[in-house]
Amino acid sequence: MARAVTNNRKALNTAIAWAIGLLIFFPILWTILTSFKTEAQAISDPPVFLFFDWTLENYAVVQERSNYARFLWNSIIIAGGSTILGLIIAVPAAWSMAFVPSKRTKDILLWMLSTKMLPAVGVLYPIYLLFIELGLLDTRIGLVVVLMLINLPIIVWMLYTYFKEIPGEILEAARMDGASLKDEILYVLTPMAVPGIASTLLLNFILAWNEAFWTLNLTAAQAAPLTAFIASYSSPEGLFYAKLSAASTMAIAPILIMGWFSQKQLVRGLTFGAVK
Amino acid sequence: MGRITLDKVAKRFGDVEVIPPLDLTIEDGEFVVFVGPSGCGKSTLLRLIAGLEDVSAGQIRINGNDATMTPPAKRGLAMVFQSYALYPHMSVRKNIAFPLKMAGVDQATQDAKIEAAAKALNLTAYLDRRPGQLSGGQRQRVAIGRAIVREPDAFLFDEPLSNLDAALRVNMRLEISELHNTLKTTMIYVTHDQVEAMTMADKIVVLQAGNIEQVGSPLELYHKPRNAFVAGFIGSPKMNLVPGSTANDSSHTFGIRPEHLDISDSEGLWHGVVGVSEHLGSDTFLRVTVPGMEEHLTVRANGDIPLRHGDKVYLTPQADKVHRFDSKGLRIE
Repeated sequence: MARAVTNNRKALNTAIAWAIGLLIFFPILWTILTSFKTEAQAISDPPVFLFFDWTLENYAVVQERSNYARFLWNSIIIAGGSTILGLIIAVPAAWSMAFVPSKRTKDILLWMLSTKMLPAVGVLYPIYLLFIELGLLDTRIGLVVVLMLINLPIIVWMLYTYFKEIPGEILEAARMDGASLKDEILYVLTPMAVPGIASTLLLNFILAWNEAFWTLNLTAAQAAPLTAFIASYSSPEGLFYAKLSAASTMAIAPILIMGWFSQKQLVRGLTFGAVK
Repeated sequence: MGRITLDKVAKRFGDVEVIPPLDLTIEDGEFVVFVGPSGCGKSTLLRLIAGLEDVSAGQIRINGNDATMTPPAKRGLAMVFQSYALYPHMSVRKNIAFPLKMAGVDQATQDAKIEAAAKALNLTAYLDRRPGQLSGGQRQRVAIGRAIVREPDAFLFDEPLSNLDAALRVNMRLEISELHNTLKTTMIYVTHDQVEAMTMADKIVVLQAGNIEQVGSPLELYHKPRNAFVAGFIGSPKMNLVPGSTANDSSHTFGIRPEHLDISDSEGLWHGVVGVSEHLGSDTFLRVTVPGMEEHLTVRANGDIPLRHGDKVYLTPQADKVHRFDSKGLRIE
């Protein structure tokens, strides 16, 4: 009987897990489904779930009305650029804090994190003015810099945690084995840090890709990424749910696919150090 | 060649003096063990020799050359760490090859040296595995292999057996001793385990609070401990140390090893009651409570002695085996 109880328990756990998973995924699923409906079906009451006339019309209209490729390209540049720039700054910073900590290292880390406690809108005005002054408004480079700064604390924290996990004795062993600083970084540290750097890169790319506050406020036409592309379907002529959903689906598709293929890496990265 | 000389070497961490200035000479080919309780500075001393810590004052000479400011890589020393410190992303072969690769040794020589080391350490079958796929003992052997192939002037061992289970520890202890007999290279070995120190060392350096308490061969330390600390630290079970007044002796502290107490059921200097008796087969350890003594006495008797809890015994210290210490804990001859 004990076995049956265990199996029942397992089944129950599985069912609960699926229910929670579906609940979380439901908005995305609904968006994808709505993108294949007509506008009338999209707002029908009661809502239709699967049995409607599947159509690709919304995608055609969205494709016709706006240049998806340009938004996509801007998203890639902004998310990719801010991630790479962030890593270039964060890797040495996290490195030195993890391996050559000073008395103030913990304070610096906390201070960096504290900047995330400020609501973004609190600094919108000064940053907006700065952007006008520097001619960065509606430029990709401006957004790359802002998004990099927004995510920098998280990148540094994540990398710091990974580097902390690398035992100092291994680096000392390399030193004893005759490795120069360059050899130590090239042959020992980097290979050991690559999984951590990769998952930081992935997470940061996703965060930057989905960032909407700054991208919407600081762009108009030239540098607008996919978040602006979605937003453009929500305001001017009222709400067109089906087209908005089609645009959203197109906007999240690349990152969703990327996330799907790298989920193993992401999960490992995010739970790094939690389980030894 | 591997002669290492420490000349007034001191180490401070901020305001804390971990190692007050000390002098020490380690001769070529010697097996020297640094032993002491945890926090006595033995690992720090080893790391100073390795170059992993900078000295605060003094000079370290290796083979007569000043190596005080020489980076670890250039000192010609190899180190085996407590945590093994293997490179987890490299195979056993690559781990062992690493120091050779760093030294720019050609591939053919590398292969030959790796094969030889693997054979000597029984690692041939595991050369293509990663450290994560090995047992603790195998990992420790890889760490030793990585040290051997460099043919260093001296090996430094930092509590290399602490992470192994008891049976494996005894095996590895023998393997390391054999290695020393074969290579005849200087070895400096740090441990808190006095049994390891006694069994492996040519010369033991006993440390306490960064100070060298005594330097000598295992038997010198056993027979003529310079002070009460060394007397209590070296030897297992530890020496009985009782106040001189209790022992009717003129000294401040009176010491007698468990194996130097004669037992009788009819007559003797002290009369006591057996508390715990531990029968090991080869020996029996008795804890005897003597009225008037604050601590019990430990007695080492032969294996088949029939004494049990509650039995009354008479104990007599062997006169020529008594150790006496003054009020500062120093040995009185």
